[in-house]
Amino acid sequence: MSPTTVTQPQQKIATRESYGKALAALGAERPDIVVLDADLSGSTKTNVFAKAYPQRFLNIGVAEANMMGIASGLASTGLTVFASSFAMFAAGKAYEQVRQEIALPVANVRICATHAGLTVGEDGASHQVLEDIALMRVLPNMRVIVPSDGLEAEQVIRAVAATPGPFYVRLSRMATPLFLPADYRFALGRAARLRDGKDVTIIGAGVTTWYCTQAADALAAEGISARVLNCSSIKPLDTEAVLAAARETRGIVTVEEHQRACGLGSAVAECVTEAHPCRVVRLGMQDRFGETGPGDKLLEHFGLTTPAIVQAARQLVRP
Amino acid sequence: MPLPPTQDFKALAAIARELRIDVLTMLEKAGSGHPGGSLGMADVYTLLWFGGYLHVDPANPQWPDRDRFVLSNGHICPILYAILAKKGYFPRADLWTLRKLGSPLQGHPDFHFTRGVDACTGSLGNGVSVALGMALGARLTGRKFHVYAGSSDGECQEGQLWEMATAAAHHKVDNLTLFIDWNGIQIDGYNRDVMDVRDLVAKFTAFGWHAEEVNGNDMQAVDAALRRALAVKGQPQVLCCRTVLGTPISFMLNKPHWHGVAPNAEELKKALAELGAS
Repeated sequence: MSPTTVTQPQQKIATRESYGKALAALGAERPDIVVLDADLSGSTKTNVFAKAYPQRFLNIGVAEANMMGIASGLASTGLTVFASSFAMFAAGKAYEQVRQEIALPVANVRICATHAGLTVGEDGASHQVLEDIALMRVLPNMRVIVPSDGLEAEQVIRAVAATPGPFYVRLSRMATPLFLPADYRFALGRAARLRDGKDVTIIGAGVTTWYCTQAADALAAEGISARVLNCSSIKPLDTEAVLAAARETRGIVTVEEHQRACGLGSAVAECVTEAHPCRVVRLGMQDRFGETGPGDKLLEHFGLTTPAIVQAARQLVRP
Repeated sequence: MPLPPTQDFKALAAIARELRIDVLTMLEKAGSGHPGGSLGMADVYTLLWFGGYLHVDPANPQWPDRDRFVLSNGHICPILYAILAKKGYFPRADLWTLRKLGSPLQGHPDFHFTRGVDACTGSLGNGVSVALGMALGARLTGRKFHVYAGSSDGECQEGQLWEMATAAAHHKVDNLTLFIDWNGIQIDGYNRDVMDVRDLVAKFTAFGWHAEEVNGNDMQAVDAALRRALAVKGQPQVLCCRTVLGTPISFMLNKPHWHGVAPNAEELKKALAELGAS
């Protein structure tokens, strides 16, 4: 994609929808795939798989902790297990079970957690997990992936199905633009460069990445050349791409619907401080909980959309 | 499920005695760990492992069709380690390295370190769910193996155990048998003082399980109850094993102190003398 292309995607889809579609498609090819859900299959979209392969779908009821243990036990018998719930419960309520029974034994389980972040929207603070990237990326053996649009989500599901070991895939409720180019290819541990740029680098993951590209296009109009990285693979992190940004541009702006502490921005900051220190401005939640409202309005309200990104990048380049 | 032939209870009792000697000896050397439940459940687990119930192959610990054993109350792993050594999974000498840096025997079961361990356990409530997952895995992979899990009255205070109990009955999992060490004691004292778990048989029955109370220090009674349990179709089974913590060491019997304190050299000597060992 040329750096100057301004995309106005017409089509929107939630990454959870793409997950459901990809999982059901995989079900035909992979008889070893078993899917668990905790009474949210209509929302997480595992119901698409459940309908097609009822024998390989187990509803565990409203019991996320139990689900994670069962997932581990199933995986130990040679099955490839997908376990889904809302991210708040998968990463939060069942955290200890994920640690003890999935990360520690290196269980062949993919936790596909939907309704992550602010963009759960109207359900409000109790359901808007803003700490899950932190919780998951600190666990040894756990990989953390946050696909940025529906196209990428489908590719991520295929990739994690083909790669053994624990994964945490963070998915969204809100329909978001299908903006990645048609030839986009997700690769574990690689951050794709969506815009070339030499003045500043903007790094997003998940629903914020589209806003990062919009910000870069707006910055281009005022003569600021902004590189954009799609850091969907938060762990493993593409340290090469991050360090190249640190060396080749004046600083980095990170954008995530997550606490500023311990999320994407922290992962980037950890990387650059050890190898090539540069300024890192982290846009995220400022140590507070969310509130009720439409997802896109919440992102705007908490300064995670194009104008806030443009401002942060501008200040970094022209202090 | 092929059931074992008539048991030689005298021979099994001799094995249980040897396992208890190893449990006490390894704990004294370790300087910390949990003797009470390890001794109390020695009879149940001797029967399970040496009475022909658990189908495993120590030469091939990953045999996909083996029966599974998940010790969900992982803190009583000394008895599991003594069993695994006697079964030949690793040399008996390894027992004397328990809890030491570099040992294959971790403070709580971890299959990355110990041959023959099927699940990483220790955090109460978790292992029983893993056991249920294994039992469901047998169904989904078309294998015939049975899953046995060990738990305790203390673990029955964890909500997750009841999540597991609900799901196992709902999914009609009958290749899962649970042993509860119902000794009435947890680390802070007696259950009745700390948190009364009340009638475990009634609770499991209400959850849809085949549940029986049995004297866990009477191998013949456990054998009979286990035969009944394994004949059950369409339901998970639990044996609520009334045991006496510390059995048969006189100064440990039914004393909460011995839930989680290792014997010192002098106490070990007294205990071994009671077992007729030196």
